[in-house]
Amino acid sequence: MAVSGLALGGFVIGHLSGNLLLFLGRDAFNSYAEWLHGNQGLLWGARLGLLAMIALHVRTALVLRKRNTDARPVRYAFESTVQASQASRSMLLTGLLVLAYVILHLAHFTWGWLDSTAGATETLTRAGEEVVRHDTYGMVVAGFQNVFYSAIYIAAMVVLALHLSHGFHSLFQSLGLRHPSYTPKIEMGARVLAWGIAGAYMSIPFAVLSGGVS
Amino acid sequence: MRVTLHVWRQNGPDDKGQIVRYPLDDVSEHMSFLEMLDVLNETLIESGDEPVAFDHDCREGICGACSLMINGVAHGPQAGTTACQLHMRSFKDGDEIYIEPWRAKAFPVIKDLVVDRSAFDRIISAGGYVSVNTGSAQDANLVPIGKDDADEAFDYATCIGCGACVASCKNASAMLFVGAKFSHLEKLPQGQVEADRRATAMVEQMDIEGFGNCTNQYECQAVCPKEIKVDAIARLNRAFSRSTVKNG
Ligand code: HEM
Ligand code: FES
Repeated sequence: MAVSGLALGGFVIGHLSGNLLLFLGRDAFNSYAEWLHGNQGLLWGARLGLLAMIALHVRTALVLRKRNTDARPVRYAFESTVQASQASRSMLLTGLLVLAYVILHLAHFTWGWLDSTAGATETLTRAGEEVVRHDTYGMVVAGFQNVFYSAIYIAAMVVLALHLSHGFHSLFQSLGLRHPSYTPKIEMGARVLAWGIAGAYMSIPFAVLSGGVS
Repeated sequence: MRVTLHVWRQNGPDDKGQIVRYPLDDVSEHMSFLEMLDVLNETLIESGDEPVAFDHDCREGICGACSLMINGVAHGPQAGTTACQLHMRSFKDGDEIYIEPWRAKAFPVIKDLVVDRSAFDRIISAGGYVSVNTGSAQDANLVPIGKDDADEAFDYATCIGCGACVASCKNASAMLFVGAKFSHLEKLPQGQVEADRRATAMVEQMDIEGFGNCTNQYECQAVCPKEIKVDAIARLNRAFSRSTVKNG
């Protein structure tokens, strides 16, 4: 759980840094997309690695859930929680919602099933020659101009933030990294990082919706 | 004061069991929670009914026998306190109080509120000891141990094995118990030698017994009557990972 969660967390940060290039304009963003697709080895390596990590993470989560519900066959008539956070108690739900969102996201931007503008191209002149490349920037902007899709995306980021606000410090404890003076900082850091990541992702649809990026 | 109890009654291990309601009129706020149950049992015996079975021994918070889930909280509402040391002044006149046994597959109900906690003994048998004979007591300070280490070892060693951690864990995990038993030995030179092997053996036994897995929600730490910290779990996790990496 901790190892696969950490790997997925690494992806979330890497993917975010790529996405934020959108704020540098159409050229920077499309060049990044072109570079990524020009490195098929890197791209497919990352994709397969991620797929394996998602499979591992989800499988472990389901096995864990099964064992944990089996460990208490008769439940309490009076259930109560002393202090566990809502985020920690809904990890499976938030995880599955993130998974559902990831599939929707792939269908939207990677497979281009949901949007007719997904295949748009731009033409530019490079060393005197005309080059046609995929207009990823245009696709993202058009995608987020759809308020409905932007709303789903923003909601998904809130769910991701909840998942990570527990996950990012939980993984330290799972690996046995706990210390009286560092742990409070790790717990705070995990929350800041989780909401910071989600906030940064959300800044893109917000920027598009407000007309700041077009 | 008056309280209304809702008590789990179950005739034996195979009985289905149910919650039974008992209004109780003459409760003094100075009674301990167990004394209040004694009063209930006296009235039950007088009216020819079977008294409620519940575990208790020292009634002074040191043996770990008492084990009541009170309104969904192990040992009741007062932090750092066993059910026998809880007093009725923690409740209000007119309160409804649910009393249930520890719930875990590894802690089967024997009768009413009494559960079988021998799974804990089997975990200790699997590795919660030092194998070498350490001889008779040595001169004090022959093996120097830092004050911080000695204090921490002692804090872990205060675990009375009551099982509140399992009862309160959303996953019925025994990690706080096992972590405490593991850590108090690992903190001392005599216990360090076998630490990795001990971690693996105790965790394996814990899984065999059917306890759940820790998901780091720390409900155990919140209810532990001895206020043992989840640092014990981190120590166990660390030793378990180390031992798994080294020995596969
Ligand atoms: C971008 C995707 C995801 C990221 C970055 C992520 C990250 C994490 C992290 C860092 C942890 C903490 C690991 C630990 O405590 O040792 C975690 C735990 C968990 N994840 Fe995910 N996760 C993602 C997707 C999912 C999905 C799709 C599921 C669906 C089943 C899921 C289910 C869980 C569950 C149930 C836990 C809790 C385990 C526990 O409470 O100990 N996660 N995740
Ligand atoms: S009866 Fe001994 S600890 Fe409560």
